[in-house]
Amino acid sequence: MRDGLVELLDSRLRSRTWLSHGMPVVEIDAARVSEVVRVLRDELGFDMLLDVTAVDWIGQRPRFEVVWHFFATRDCQRLRLKTRVPEDDPEVDSLVSWYGAAAFMERECHDMFGIRFRGNADLRPILLYEGFVGHPLRKDYDKHHEQPLVPYRDAVPAGRQGGQS
Amino acid sequence: MNSPDRRATIPIANAGTQPKDPVFDVFTTKKDEVVGWARKFSLFPYPFVTACCGMEFMSVSSTIYDTDRFGAALPRFTPRQSDLMMVVGTITHKQAPVLKRIYEQMCEPKWVMAFGVCATSGGFYDNYAVVQGIDKLIPVDIYVPGCPPRPEMVIDAIMQLQDRIAREHHVILKGDF
Repeated sequence: MRDGLVELLDSRLRSRTWLSHGMPVVEIDAARVSEVVRVLRDELGFDMLLDVTAVDWIGQRPRFEVVWHFFATRDCQRLRLKTRVPEDDPEVDSLVSWYGAAAFMERECHDMFGIRFRGNADLRPILLYEGFVGHPLRKDYDKHHEQPLVPYRDAVPAGRQGGQS
Repeated sequence: MNSPDRRATIPIANAGTQPKDPVFDVFTTKKDEVVGWARKFSLFPYPFVTACCGMEFMSVSSTIYDTDRFGAALPRFTPRQSDLMMVVGTITHKQAPVLKRIYEQMCEPKWVMAFGVCATSGGFYDNYAVVQGIDKLIPVDIYVPGCPPRPEMVIDAIMQLQDRIAREHHVILKGDF
């Protein structure tokens, strides 16, 4: 399958495809996620979803890049799928109906980047907690901005006060 | 028993086997000293283990380093039966309510050890998710820095805590007894 993989993907997916460190990378429009994933899974044999994550390219438009990694167990072949979503409407199709593994990973991605996955009915916080405001892996989230659940004691040694710096 | 500091030693007779020696039938001491002596050698740790320091906790409590020598070997996995809370590892903000609640469930007298640099100060997790030192949540009696701390440091901390317990004023009776 490796020989001519890029050409195969190009012709089957009608997308921009290239090799990155030997791994095929496919970049598509956000609207085509469901269609492309169907071809990947049902026709090209990518039967395992390894990861759902995102990249915050702050300052660029569209700002967020959602990244999926797939694996074909038959061919031992990995594949990366990327798409861009804008800051004011960061929404892509959920892959829950194709891959059960997507449910928790999409929850995490929603926690950390605020990407909404259309079709994932359960986007409650999974690593964060109820009441946490913001998305900590966005580049404009101050890493020292703590949101404690328990009020701090008064007797805190000098120089250790405050989460914001 | 051979300690030159006589005040720190409480002579106790061997029961039964030896012939009665009138010297050991009666001894006098102070209430705080005898209670402190009893308490310092009967620490029941509650291991609040959250992270990799737990491996070091296992190391220090098992054979080679053996905290049993200090009477602090028997971990109780309920806070109601323990009096030393060992917070071993990173405490996140999500976990903070659990830590606080377990501390509140422990009966007096109780002591807290911050085991490792994460519990002491947040360590290198200088970010939004981690409590920057558990002393922001609960009072801490002794800090053991290190990532992870050497077993010798933990043993030293236990001994220092024992010294402090021995010197404390122990209120055991209240009201009009």
